[in-house]
Amino acid sequence: MKLQPVKFYQKQTFTVGNRLVAGHARAVQANMRRTNSLNSGHRACQGCGEALGARYAIDAAMQATGNRVIAVNATGCLEVFSTPYPETSWQIPWIHSLFGNAAAVASGVAAALRVKGRKGDRVIAQGGDGGTMDIGFGCLSGMFERNDDVLYICYDNEAYMNTGVQRSSATPAAAHTATTPAARGRSGNVFGTGKNLPLIAMAHEIPYVATASIANLRDLEVKVMYAMSLRGARYIHISVPCPLGWGSLPADTIKLARLAVESGLFPLFEAENGEITGRYQLRHRVPVTEYLKLQKRYAHLFGDTPDLRTIGEIQAIADRNIRRFGLAA
Amino acid sequence: MLKQVEGSRALAEAIALCRPEVVCAYPITPQTHIVEGLGEMVRSGELAGCEFINVESEFAALSVAIGASAAGARSYTATASQGILFMAEAVYNAAGLGLPIVMTIANRAIGAPINIWNDQSDSMALRDAGWIQLYAETNQEAVDLHIQAFRLAEALSCPVMVCVDGFILTHAYERVDIPTRAQVDAYLPPFEPVQVLDCDDPVSIGAMVGPEAFFEVRYLQHHKQLRALELIPDLAREFERVFGRKSGGLIRSYRCEDAETIVVSLGSVLGTVKEVVDDMRAAGADIGAVSICSFRPFPLAELRAALKDAKRVVVLEKCLAVGVGGIVSSSVRKALSGLPLAGYTVIAGLGGRPITQRSLQEVFERAFRDELEQLTFLDLNWDIVNRELARGRGQRRSGPTAENILRDLGRATPVEAT
Amino acid sequence: MFQIRIHGRGGQGVVSAAEMLAHAAFEEGRHAQAFPSFGSERMGAPVVAFCRIDSEEIRLREPVMEPDVVIVQDPTLLGSIQVFSGLSPFGFFLVNSSRSLEELGLAKFARNYLQGHVCSVAATELALAHIGRPLPNAALLGGLSGMTARPALTSVLAAIRHKFAGKVGEANAAAAQAAYESVMRSLGRETQHA
Repeated sequence: MKLQPVKFYQKQTFTVGNRLVAGHARAVQANMRRTNSLNSGHRACQGCGEALGARYAIDAAMQATGNRVIAVNATGCLEVFSTPYPETSWQIPWIHSLFGNAAAVASGVAAALRVKGRKGDRVIAQGGDGGTMDIGFGCLSGMFERNDDVLYICYDNEAYMNTGVQRSSATPAAAHTATTPAARGRSGNVFGTGKNLPLIAMAHEIPYVATASIANLRDLEVKVMYAMSLRGARYIHISVPCPLGWGSLPADTIKLARLAVESGLFPLFEAENGEITGRYQLRHRVPVTEYLKLQKRYAHLFGDTPDLRTIGEIQAIADRNIRRFGLAA
Repeated sequence: MLKQVEGSRALAEAIALCRPEVVCAYPITPQTHIVEGLGEMVRSGELAGCEFINVESEFAALSVAIGASAAGARSYTATASQGILFMAEAVYNAAGLGLPIVMTIANRAIGAPINIWNDQSDSMALRDAGWIQLYAETNQEAVDLHIQAFRLAEALSCPVMVCVDGFILTHAYERVDIPTRAQVDAYLPPFEPVQVLDCDDPVSIGAMVGPEAFFEVRYLQHHKQLRALELIPDLAREFERVFGRKSGGLIRSYRCEDAETIVVSLGSVLGTVKEVVDDMRAAGADIGAVSICSFRPFPLAELRAALKDAKRVVVLEKCLAVGVGGIVSSSVRKALSGLPLAGYTVIAGLGGRPITQRSLQEVFERAFRDELEQLTFLDLNWDIVNRELARGRGQRRSGPTAENILRDLGRATPVEAT
Repeated sequence: MFQIRIHGRGGQGVVSAAEMLAHAAFEEGRHAQAFPSFGSERMGAPVVAFCRIDSEEIRLREPVMEPDVVIVQDPTLLGSIQVFSGLSPFGFFLVNSSRSLEELGLAKFARNYLQGHVCSVAATELALAHIGRPLPNAALLGGLSGMTARPALTSVLAAIRHKFAGKVGEANAAAAQAAYESVMRSLGRETQHA
């Protein structure tokens, strides 16, 4: 009988991971003994990309470190929905200080661990795009610059969601938010604004920078585990759609994350010490419209007379990403 | 051991003896020599088992201390003026989380206008954040208070700020008795945290607290400070037993026994005040002084007991509640409520203006005659003030106030020959 | 209480001079307080530093308004800054210059003070000769000792050696010794050798 190799693209489900995939390739989440560090019972919205990303990321880190992770959380959705008074869904040591200081608090925890010789205990700082890229930017840069032994994970849902969907420096061009409202004609977030934090992280030449997506959860786990095998400042930027803020169906969260990657709008790559070491080359590309039309925050671009010019400019951003990050297969 | 040393250097040595495990520093005048001293000692190995971290802002400095303290390390930082304001959010956060961080405030005026010289507006600006606040009268006391501060902070799980007048104390080169390591170790045991980030025993620290419980959490902070009213004198007494000198405590009275007029103040100005008290006593005036060492918690009962038999109280303040008057005065008044004494507020030394014996004596003598205003601005140049007011009335675009005044002052003094 | 005020320019070691003076008093078992009139670091700008010495704890924290001694490290300050302000009639005045009091225009001023209380000493020249750098602060303290015997020369030299290690300390001490002898000579006194 002729043997045919079967590729499993969806490796992160319990069923596939457990029985049909080699041990080393199995998702952490597929393991019965996963730590469930972010336990069920938290108050995230139905379809929350951040909750999914955080669960995978932290459990992967726990596996990589033998269950020795301390988490420092910025103020934001994750912090709020994971610790609804009087409960906490964290099964690991966890601290929330302020909005803008997660990176600095994490640096402090790392320093304490160092001075006390607790070498096996590791620190992860986590925050949303607002807490990381805007108000937390100074502290983040400081942590990078000092090369403190912290993995910083940014869950990027592209706006200040917890406070009601206000624009951040991660909000993409043309997107509607409460502070970049869309109306007829050219509106939504202004083109030519915003920052690319993964590139900024690379400019600090820290040991490891990666982008990841909940569209490929196993890839996310692998990147986190690799990051935990290194010491020094590390940064992972995860694309996490927000049904509420993006105006999308909760059931579409993972699909949207995949479309963001496959359109080129969210490049997946890794870098070490300031140089790109790997990228996910698109197996198949989609035009940005496939992605945009599923989200109400871009609804003003569609309708009877679609704003082809603006959609074209968004496509140009995607095309540029594909070119500059070498994503074309 | 007796040393002739710069105040900042003495502080660095004292803090080093307290075995801090994480020291973070962002430079701001006039605290720089303290943290530089600590950095040198870490580098030379004199201060072992300590991580010295150069941070990117004061907000980062206290945040790093928060993380380190939550992970079980004895943590320390220092700042002043603009710096304590830049970290204001973290100041409240540290107190709310109950982390026993010790921080030196090298008291300096707050801008605008930018000013690097001493007054106490900075620590006063954060007086209600929940930190214990201790004020040092001399560099010796500054050294001693830091040792007491670590002990106090860890006993209560409450952060403590030690306020040391910038330049006047930090940059004064004087004789200080630096304790021995054995003495400090006898007084200050290793840090045993009440809460700690521990992989073997996980807890969540800093979760949201709703209307159902916030009030109780906040009240318990207040309760801690009320406990401190007892603990501070206890620790000061124990300090005296171990180190052989009196230092700290809630308040200190000087020649108040039969005093008709008592001057109340905080910090280094008490030195000058005591000189004036001695001179006036020698001339027959029944005057005394009270130094407040613990400003938070505010020692209402102790102050009342110390002041109740006087006829009048003069509160000398190096800070100003703009639009109202004295900051310390309000609390002193509260301590004296119901008592028939006259109270006067004298605002002095703002932005580093020297407070002289001569000016103090003049104002105290006026107090004796009850010829003093309720609120006096010591040595304020009314001429300059009036000139600026007139300028403002003269035209709409009268220009920046500070620049106008400096120009006036420039005209008044002779030009320097090059 | 003995109060000294030192005038100079940023970079000339005015603050160090006040500190060494305080240390000299400390060596003699006295209390001493030294502090600058505080300001941002700036080379060349006029700087004032103060020192108080007493047998008891010094509580006073105001700037020195009525000094017993004024030392002027930079003679270019003579015409402008109020270097003489508050100087006690029994006070001492020492200026760093190779010129005589007459040449400096201080002869008339000197007549208001006691004999031997106003003096100039070529501290910069002595510093150049002994240390190789024009830093007159240590030398001037030796000169002060010659004028006032407070602190004693031995204490001043000990303070200098405490401040500056090894060869630099020795060179500064030598300059101070030379300044001491120069002042003693100009005052017609016999010198004590440390």
